Amino acid sequence: MNNELIVTSSPHVRSQDSVKKIMWSVVIALLPAVFAAVYFFKARALSVILAAVVGAVLIEYIFQKIRNKKNTIKDGSAVVTGLLLALTLPPSIPLWTAFFGSIVAIGLGKQVFGGIGQNPFNPALVGRAFLTASYPVLMTTWTVDGVSSATPLSQMKMEGIATDTWNLFVGQIGGSLGETSAIALLLGFSYLLYKGYVNWRIPLAMVGTVFLGTFAFGSDPIFHLFAGGLMLGALFMATDMVSSPTTKLGRWIFGLGAGLLVVIIRL
Amino acid sequence: MKALTFKQGIHPEYNKELTKDKPLKNAKRPEEVIIPLKQHIGAPLKVLVKKGDQVDLGQKIADSDSFVCAPIHASVSGTVKEIRKVTDPGGNIVDAVVIESAEEDRLNSGLEKHDSLDKLDAAEIRNIIREAGIVGMGGAMFPTHVKVSIPDDKSVDYVILNGAECEPYLTVDYRVMVEKPKSIVFGLKALMKAAGASTGFIGIEENKPEAIESMQDAVNDEANIEVKILETKYPQGGEKMLIEAILGREVPAGGLPLDVGVVVNNTSTAAAVADAIRDGKPLYERSISITGRGINSPQNLIYRIGINIGDLVEEAGGLKDNAAKVITGGPMMGVAQKNLNIPGVKGTSGILVLVEDEVEEYEPSPCINCAKCVDACPMFLMPTQLANYAKNDMVDELEEWQVLSCVECGSCSFVCPAKIPLVHHLRLGKSQVMAKKREKN
Repeated sequence: MNNELIVTSSPHVRSQDSVKKIMWSVVIALLPAVFAAVYFFKARALSVILAAVVGAVLIEYIFQKIRNKKNTIKDGSAVVTGLLLALTLPPSIPLWTAFFGSIVAIGLGKQVFGGIGQNPFNPALVGRAFLTASYPVLMTTWTVDGVSSATPLSQMKMEGIATDTWNLFVGQIGGSLGETSAIALLLGFSYLLYKGYVNWRIPLAMVGTVFLGTFAFGSDPIFHLFAGGLMLGALFMATDMVSSPTTKLGRWIFGLGAGLLVVIIRL
Repeated sequence: MKALTFKQGIHPEYNKELTKDKPLKNAKRPEEVIIPLKQHIGAPLKVLVKKGDQVDLGQKIADSDSFVCAPIHASVSGTVKEIRKVTDPGGNIVDAVVIESAEEDRLNSGLEKHDSLDKLDAAEIRNIIREAGIVGMGGAMFPTHVKVSIPDDKSVDYVILNGAECEPYLTVDYRVMVEKPKSIVFGLKALMKAAGASTGFIGIEENKPEAIESMQDAVNDEANIEVKILETKYPQGGEKMLIEAILGREVPAGGLPLDVGVVVNNTSTAAAVADAIRDGKPLYERSISITGRGINSPQNLIYRIGINIGDLVEEAGGLKDNAAKVITGGPMMGVAQKNLNIPGVKGTSGILVLVEDEVEEYEPSPCINCAKCVDACPMFLMPTQLANYAKNDMVDELEEWQVLSCVECGSCSFVCPAKIPLVHHLRLGKSQVMAKKREKN
């Protein structure tokens, strides 16, 4: 008889999902947005993204090492944070700024709280908030094809000029690296939906609130859906697992609240 | 017709094809049985035999005056060799009667045979069920006569038979449904009469078309019994999930199916009831699936209670070299055993042997709050939250957030991408709350 049978408590079978699979799937889901960024903003986009990702992974490694914890860079979560931060940055941002933003995102946004799973806010957004506060000019200079231009949202707000909806949808507009192409973001998001790695209630509630809210105040709701960071925010930021609610009702309320904030800020 | 179901739950791999087409056959009669004297939820029993006694097949060897108990019977004719402690499949150390088999079996249960239910009233049926020592055979081993004894202030509309067999791998209920549908229907009618219920349902998951067809044929002439087709989803066979799926009624937190006018029994239990009434046969044998990739020749066997499960494994061709884990029951709720030297009891419906590749050792990583467990929990609990409370001995919070409603189905642990043993923490949480309650009383 076999004397070395394994004894553990039930259940004795587990699903194939893992944190690593989820994180790398998010990376895959962000690839269309990365390609769109490179297409519209050329090699510059790629350098910014690389700077941010390298910064994020490096600081994650260093922190885990200092804290004497398991090396977690392979789980993909630092890559996700670096990518997400990069996608919120303007294309003209200096590389060191992107790199530094990632250091802050992972360091202050995640590791000081104890690493993966412990962060109260989305680390990428902590990084972005830090950069916006510290380098307001760098963070608000927008270019398309190397020429400075205003973003559709500020054109609308300041000058009342509407941008062509098709350009908004595809991404031929000024803005942060990853926010311009709604279609690329939607494509990536559908992949996550298909894999079951994202919940749809938060984005639906958020986008729905913005749609109805802007419509109610007499703005063009379609324009607001595709302009600015709404898609990136609703599909990839608000759905951050660690910092979003776990119940279905909670997700509806969270999405509604996030949507209301967008409406208040934009109008 | 659209398959009925409950909200949430999971879809594990079912792996039923290993044994689903293997007809039930009698296992070799054991030379010795070791019959644990606690095979039910309820009061402990007094042993009725002593060393050296000759016993007959079906003779009662332990009983109690308490209402909530189920007597135990000799599963072979033979001589009582000794009464000693054994470890049962649940890991409890209990008294057991060891009987050495005689050459031949002689059934002597003292139970009368009844061809029909017409001459029996509800109390008589309940008494037969009790005397036959019948308990829930899905694994819970709750005495069946207690389930169908309805208090005066309650009434029952429906008896539901659980033919879902939602545990992966297991195919015992399935084989019984395919091979003995008439017994199941007879048993169901007896349970309905005992409980005073007007209508009976048999719930079967849609991945078992042969069982559905077999049971539908058997209930063709029955006006008050209907087969309900259920979506294949775990834990569809949980009684609260069955009631939600079939009747749309919700059992209140901390309540019983009785509170919504329902009694739920297993299909195999119903077949055992039929055997007791028609053949005067107490529950001294049952069916089991010996299955998994770690077993040489998976099959479905009928075994005498108290048989060594090692003998059953041998009869199914023995363990393969790469066998790594032996589980009594199914993979979701079964118990891993440290050796094969344990007796099969009334609730043992499966022996599952997993191989090395299938038993990864999981190293839990921190929770990322993905809420897959919250979305999976069929009881609408928040497992990740409860697990944290349990880890930190936060007993009041555990109670407030309904840890006692946990049915321990394991769906939360199954889905967790961080491989946190959530249901394990919840079990600990339940025992913390229970301990506190006992302290108060």
